[in-house]
Amino acid sequence: MTAPSAKAGRPAHEIHPAERPGSLVPAGAEPIVRATAIEKFFGTNYVLRGCSMTVYPKETITILGRSGSGKSTFLRCLNFLEEPSAGVVDIDNVVVDASPLRRRDRAAAERVRQLRLRASMVFQEFNLFPHRSVIGNLIEAPVHVKHVPVKEATDIAEGYLEKVGLIDKRDEYPNRLSGGQRQRVAIARALTMEPKVLLFDEPTSALDPSLVGEVLKVMESLAHEGRTMIVVTHEMQFAKEAADRVYYMDEGIFLEIGPPEQVIDQPREERTRLFLARFLGAAHGAPGVGGPAAPLPEEEAVAQFKADAGTLHPHG
Amino acid sequence: MGFGYGSSLAARAANQQLGDEILRVEQQRSRSWRVRFIAMWLAIVAGLVAFVALTVRVDADFINGWAPFILAGVPVTLFISAVSIALAIVLATLGALGRLSRNPFVNGAASFYVSFFRGTPLILQILFLFLALPQAGIVLDPLPTAVLALGMNYGAYMTEIFRAGIQAVPHGQVEAAHSLGMDGRTAFIRVVLPQAFRIVIPAIGNDFIAMLKDSALAYTVGVQELLWRAQAAGRPTFQSMQTLLVAALVYWIMTILFSVLQNKLEGRMSIGDRARSIQ
Repeated sequence: MTAPSAKAGRPAHEIHPAERPGSLVPAGAEPIVRATAIEKFFGTNYVLRGCSMTVYPKETITILGRSGSGKSTFLRCLNFLEEPSAGVVDIDNVVVDASPLRRRDRAAAERVRQLRLRASMVFQEFNLFPHRSVIGNLIEAPVHVKHVPVKEATDIAEGYLEKVGLIDKRDEYPNRLSGGQRQRVAIARALTMEPKVLLFDEPTSALDPSLVGEVLKVMESLAHEGRTMIVVTHEMQFAKEAADRVYYMDEGIFLEIGPPEQVIDQPREERTRLFLARFLGAAHGAPGVGGPAAPLPEEEAVAQFKADAGTLHPHG
Repeated sequence: MGFGYGSSLAARAANQQLGDEILRVEQQRSRSWRVRFIAMWLAIVAGLVAFVALTVRVDADFINGWAPFILAGVPVTLFISAVSIALAIVLATLGALGRLSRNPFVNGAASFYVSFFRGTPLILQILFLFLALPQAGIVLDPLPTAVLALGMNYGAYMTEIFRAGIQAVPHGQVEAAHSLGMDGRTAFIRVVLPQAFRIVIPAIGNDFIAMLKDSALAYTVGVQELLWRAQAAGRPTFQSMQTLLVAALVYWIMTILFSVLQNKLEGRMSIGDRARSIQ
């Protein structure tokens, strides 16, 4: 089925996300994230070949694609942890053009920082501060970046710990927590900065399969309460259930963009179909559905296996 | 012997018995090893005592009389060591920042500092400050001379340690700090430095213990620390054997005490907040 819309016939990208059934996007809302023509070279390796993305408030976007396709690089370009070789990022009207950034001046650095204040990232490896307790991790940036008084920051932080179900771990140190708990703390830490958009960089890929569910549950609840999120993931089930739109990345371009029921269930591109066949085949416990997958190189196969193991877990 | 692996109850019991036997023999062996180890220490100490007793007229009154004078050097030695190590930590932090700087001038200056102070003898550096600088019109007192030379020398060595400590903090930590809106300076001070310090604390402890002994070089410029006093007490009456042994004993006890203290500190640091994230 194509996206059921009153204005069927228009290409999907022209339909305002607010018009989609079940969308949380306010009618007529302006985009909160606009990434335009992002390019990235690593040396001579042309990783991102002009990627653009538009995200509306309260949307959840998932970026799918095989390992090495550039999806994490794109996400990291959004907050300039990776400096794009070219392109413009606009988050909540903070605009950073990558091209003149090569002149490293103070003003450019400050604009990048402003961008990051609006886009907190959750990492695959959690990256909690090991020398701070859980609550210390959460209030570190509000207190020392936004200069929120400690008392107030602590109240806010406790609220988010409650939300991720870890208020009883308030005074623990990260090394005493399980991977799933660490990632939930990391999500709470990102939330305490009250960013306009949350960036998730394969948040469940480093987790033991049995711990994936608790993290996805938190992410799903965030999606449902209308947080703007951009999620790079291999979790097909999450993409299907929580995403408003899916961006499928293939060799440095967004090959296919649309609501999950289109991109995942009825992909137009052959390459998307091949990619999905592997995942959905595994997820449904019926190998071979959608045709045999092409043989994978060793490391990709391992990554695939990890991701597949994650999708098999009954979560949510 | 053919016990099979847990094939029958009888075999299992036999295995159990054999295991107990091995354990007992091993325990006995390690106990007797320790007894001999301690015996060796005692033998050497007894030999030394006998040597001193046989070769030197041990004059208890002499030692008792001079002991307070020699021991008064302990606070001086501790003071020199503490101030020098503090100076070294400051210099090493700056040096490490310099060595990690992308600025060629800053990095070059730091690199020169490390190279020069590691490439020349510590005693030469002390004498240079004390004897050579006056030619340029700069006259330093003995104590500042010693502290400055020790601090700069140790700072050069510790620069490399601090640099390694800073580099040992995973890059993901900086990325996390940046993604939370911290600028470079805040990320360094709030996130990288505290973790780097934790990493280098054992090295600082080692250096402090080494400093306790190297501070004896201050004797060359006449600082009245432990060694100077031992020398001064023993030399006039040719009884340096007694006074130097007393000084050696005091140095030795100090290093043992601080080693114990350091182990305790390290033990405490490793609980709770120091573990790295497990992959």
